[in-house]
Amino acid sequence: MSTTTKDYKVIGTRPIRHDGADKVTGRAIYGADVQMTGLLHGKILRSPHAHARIRSIDTTKALALPGVKAVVTGQDLPLIADKVEDLGEGAVNLRFLSNNVLAHEKVLYKGHAVAAVAATDPHTAEEALSLIDVDYEILPPVLDVREAMKEATLLLHNDLTTKELGKNTDKVSNIASHIQFKQGDLEKGFKEADIVIEREFTTATVHQGYIEPHNATALWNTDGQITVWCSTQGAFAVQKQLSEILRLPVSKIRVIPAEIGGGFGGKINVYLEPVAALLSRKTGHPVKILMNRAEVFEGTGPTPASYIRVKIGATRGGRITAAQAYLAYEAGAYPGSPINAGCMCMFAPYRLENVQIDGYDVVVNKPKTSAYRAPGATNAALGAETVIDEICEQLSIDPLQFRMINGAKEGDRRPDGPVFPRVGYLETVQAAMEHEHYKTPLEGPNRGRGVASGFWFNGGFQSSATINVNADGTVALVEGSVDIGGTRASLAMQAAEVLCISAEDVRPIVADTHSVGYNDVTGGSRTAFASGWAAYEAAQNVKKQMVERAAKIWEVSPEEVGFENGVFRTTKNGGKQLTFKEVAAQLTRTGGPVVGSATVMPRGVGGAFATHIVDLEVDPETGKVQILRYTAVQDAGTAVHPSYVEGQMQGGVVQGIGWALNEEYFYTDKGQMANASFLDYRMPTSLDLPMIDTVIVEVPNPGHPFGVRGVGEVPIVPPPAAIANAIYRAVGVRLRDLPMSPGRVLQAMLDKKGH
Amino acid sequence: MSKKVHVQTRINGEEVEFLCEPRQSLLEVLRDILGLTGSKEGCNNGNCGACSVILDGVLVDSCLVLGVEVASKEVTTIEGLAGPNGLHPLQQKFLENAALQCGICTPGFIVASKALLDKNPHPTEHEVRYWLAGNLCRCTGYDKIIRAVLDTAQSMGGKA
Repeated sequence: MSTTTKDYKVIGTRPIRHDGADKVTGRAIYGADVQMTGLLHGKILRSPHAHARIRSIDTTKALALPGVKAVVTGQDLPLIADKVEDLGEGAVNLRFLSNNVLAHEKVLYKGHAVAAVAATDPHTAEEALSLIDVDYEILPPVLDVREAMKEATLLLHNDLTTKELGKNTDKVSNIASHIQFKQGDLEKGFKEADIVIEREFTTATVHQGYIEPHNATALWNTDGQITVWCSTQGAFAVQKQLSEILRLPVSKIRVIPAEIGGGFGGKINVYLEPVAALLSRKTGHPVKILMNRAEVFEGTGPTPASYIRVKIGATRGGRITAAQAYLAYEAGAYPGSPINAGCMCMFAPYRLENVQIDGYDVVVNKPKTSAYRAPGATNAALGAETVIDEICEQLSIDPLQFRMINGAKEGDRRPDGPVFPRVGYLETVQAAMEHEHYKTPLEGPNRGRGVASGFWFNGGFQSSATINVNADGTVALVEGSVDIGGTRASLAMQAAEVLCISAEDVRPIVADTHSVGYNDVTGGSRTAFASGWAAYEAAQNVKKQMVERAAKIWEVSPEEVGFENGVFRTTKNGGKQLTFKEVAAQLTRTGGPVVGSATVMPRGVGGAFATHIVDLEVDPETGKVQILRYTAVQDAGTAVHPSYVEGQMQGGVVQGIGWALNEEYFYTDKGQMANASFLDYRMPTSLDLPMIDTVIVEVPNPGHPFGVRGVGEVPIVPPPAAIANAIYRAVGVRLRDLPMSPGRVLQAMLDKKGH
Repeated sequence: MSKKVHVQTRINGEEVEFLCEPRQSLLEVLRDILGLTGSKEGCNNGNCGACSVILDGVLVDSCLVLGVEVASKEVTTIEGLAGPNGLHPLQQKFLENAALQCGICTPGFIVASKALLDKNPHPTEHEVRYWLAGNLCRCTGYDKIIRAVLDTAQSMGGKA
C-alpha cells in the first residue's frame, strides 16, 4: 500500500500519544475546567428575534440583583473600521466580527449576543439576564439564500455593497460578493458533448457539532495585561482578534490555549473571549463564560445552507467536455461564507478544458457561518459528484472507470488556476477499484452502492517550534499547534525521526502566545505538514549544534563529523563515535545548553484527494437509510502516525454521513432554530454505523521533507454525494436536497410510484 | 439562592460530603464543588453522555441527576478508574487503539464501557454499539472506540 521508498524509523509507527494518560483519566484541562481564585461567572443575553433594531437596553434591574458584579453591552466595545484579516481559514472583516461578538444597533439572527452579565455564580448570572430590558423594533427576517438575492428583498445591512469579480461596486445588496473561475470555451465544450446533464441542489445549515461547548476565562489584570484561557484552534488567532476588537497591542494580551474538545473550524473566530475580558475589566476579577448547547447551535458559526446548479457535458466515450456551476452560499448575518473554497474544490478531481464556476456570498438572518472541515467543498461536491454519476449511468460507464478517464494529475490545471504538482488522485481511484469492497457484489433488495471523490487544497501558513536538549538525551519540543486530534504525537515523531531518538524521548508541549513563536491555527489540514516541518527544522538546527559539540569533544572541525542512525562519527583521530545521549551528557562542558528553533511558512503544500465507496440499504416503509459498509481511500502523502490519519478519515466520513442523512437546522418562519439540542439535531451515534474501513494511499508530497500531505479535511467531502448515488442504486430515486432524511427518501419513493 | 443541603455519599470508594443547592445537578457538584472535572458537560440535557457516571451500579448521565439524590449512594466517576497499579484496562486499550482524538468524550465513553463490561464481559460488536449509543463522539466516527472496548473485553477474559 505504501509507495514510499524511504525507510523511516519513527514515521509510520503508532506510538501512544504523549497526552494520553491525562486524557483517559480525566486529568486533561479543557477550557471549562480552568479554575482560579476570585473567579466570577458570565452569561450572555441573546436576541430572541432573527432581525430587529435595538432601540434601547436597560440594565439597571440586572445590576441591582445581589451577586451581580457587572453588565456589558455592545456599547462597551470600541468602534472598529472595516479591516479584513486572514485568520487561517478564510478572511474575516473585523468590524463584523466585533458586531457579532456583541450586537451593534441591530440584531441579525436569533441568538445574536446583545449583553452579558458577570456574577458570583452561574445561576445568579442567568437570573440576571431575565432582568435586562431590551427594546426591539422587530423586522421581517430574510431566511433563504435565493430570496435574499432578489432585488426587492429587505437588506440586512445598509452599507454592504456587492464585490463583483474582485472589484468593489456601489450596489447595496444582500449579495456580498460574486466570484468566478473560468477557463476555455464553455459553449464550444457543451457543443462537443453527446450528453449534457443539468441539476439543482439545496443543502441545509449544518453545525460542526463538537461535543465541547465554547468557553473563555479572562483576567484583565491591574497592570493592564490581559490573560485568556480558552479552548481554541489557535491561541495566536485569538490574540490577534482580541487585539483588534479591544483596540489593544498584542503585547498586552496573553492567550493560553486549554485542551480543546473538537473544533473542525468552528473555534477559530472569537465569541466569548472579548466579552469575558470586558467583564473582567469592569469587575477586577477573572471571569469565566461557558456556552450551553443551545447557545452553541444558535450563537456560533455553522456552515452555509446553499443552492447549487451543476451542468456537465461528456462524450459518449466518457470524456468530460464542459462543466459549469452556479453556487449561492448563505454567509449568515455577516459576509464571509466559504464560497471561494467551494468553487475551488468542486471540479478539482477532473481534467477540464472548458469550465465556468460562479459563486455568490449572500447574507441572511442566521448565525454568521464559520469554517466547517473543508469549508464549502462538501456542498459543491454533492452537485458535481452526483451529476457525474448520472452521466456514468446514462453512458453505461463504471463510475470509477469514468474517474480514471477524466482524473486530474500532475501538470493539469485546476479550474481555479493553479497547476497540480505531484498528486495522488488517480491512485485513490485505482485503489478503490481494486479494493475487495468494490469487487464484492452487493446483494439484497433496496440495497445500493455509490462512489464519489473529493479534493481539499490544504494549507501551509506559519509555524514555529523550539527544541531543548536535556542532559539525558531526551528533548522537549515546544510548539504552538493546539492538539485536536493527535498532532502532538505527529510533530514529536517528525522531530524524533531527524534526531534518531524515539518518539517517547521527545516530550511535546503546546505553548501559549508568550512562550512560543507565532503559529497559525490548527486547521486547514496544515498542522502535521507545517508545524511538523517547523519541528523538523528545529530538530535539524539541534542536530547541527550537536555535531558542533561532538566536534569540540574530539577537537576536530564540524565538517569532519557525520550523524547517522543516532550516532555521531568522525574518521579522524582513529575513528570515534558517540551516541546522541552521550553528547547530550556533555553539553555543559562543551559550551552550555543546546536549544534549536525554527520558523516556517512553507510553500510546498500538497493537496489531498479522496475516493469513497458506500453500501447502504433503504427501508422501503420508512425511508430510513442504513449504512452497511464504507471504505474511504485517501492520499496522505506520508502517514506520520497512521492511527491518527485513519482517525481523521473515519471522523470526517461520519460527519459527512450525518450531513447527508439527518443533520439540519429546522427554522420556524420567524427565523428561530426549532431543534437546538442534540436530541433533535441528529448526529450519528455508534448504533448508526458500521466500522469505517480506511485505505491510506501514499503519494509523497514532493514539497515536504517527509512527503506529508494534510489529511484532516478531505474525508468529509465525498460522503453526501456517495450516499446520494448509493440511494439511487438502491431504490431508484435521486435526492438532490440535503439532508436525505427518512421523510424525504420516503416521499421520493412514493412520488416515483405515483402517489 | 436557596438554602444548601448537606449531602453525605461515597465517590470512587471514598466517603465524601458536600453542601449544594437542591437545583444543582450531580454534574455541577462533581465539577464545581468537588473539583472532579473529568466528567464533562456537552449538552446538559442527557443527550451526549459526556457526563456519564455510575450510580449504585447503574450508568447515568450526571446532568440528569441532582446532587441531593446521591446521599448514601455509591458514585463512580472517571477519576476512580485508574489506581495504584496504573490505568484501568479500558484506559490502556483506548490509548493503544487510538480511540480518542480530542478526548472530550473519552471519560464518558470509558465510564459507559466499564458499566457495560461489568454487566456483560463478552459483548458482541452490536451489543457494544447499542450500549454506547448514548455517548456521542464527533471526532472518531466510533470505529476505534468500539475496537478498543472489544479489545479490552478480550484481554480481560471476562474479569471486569
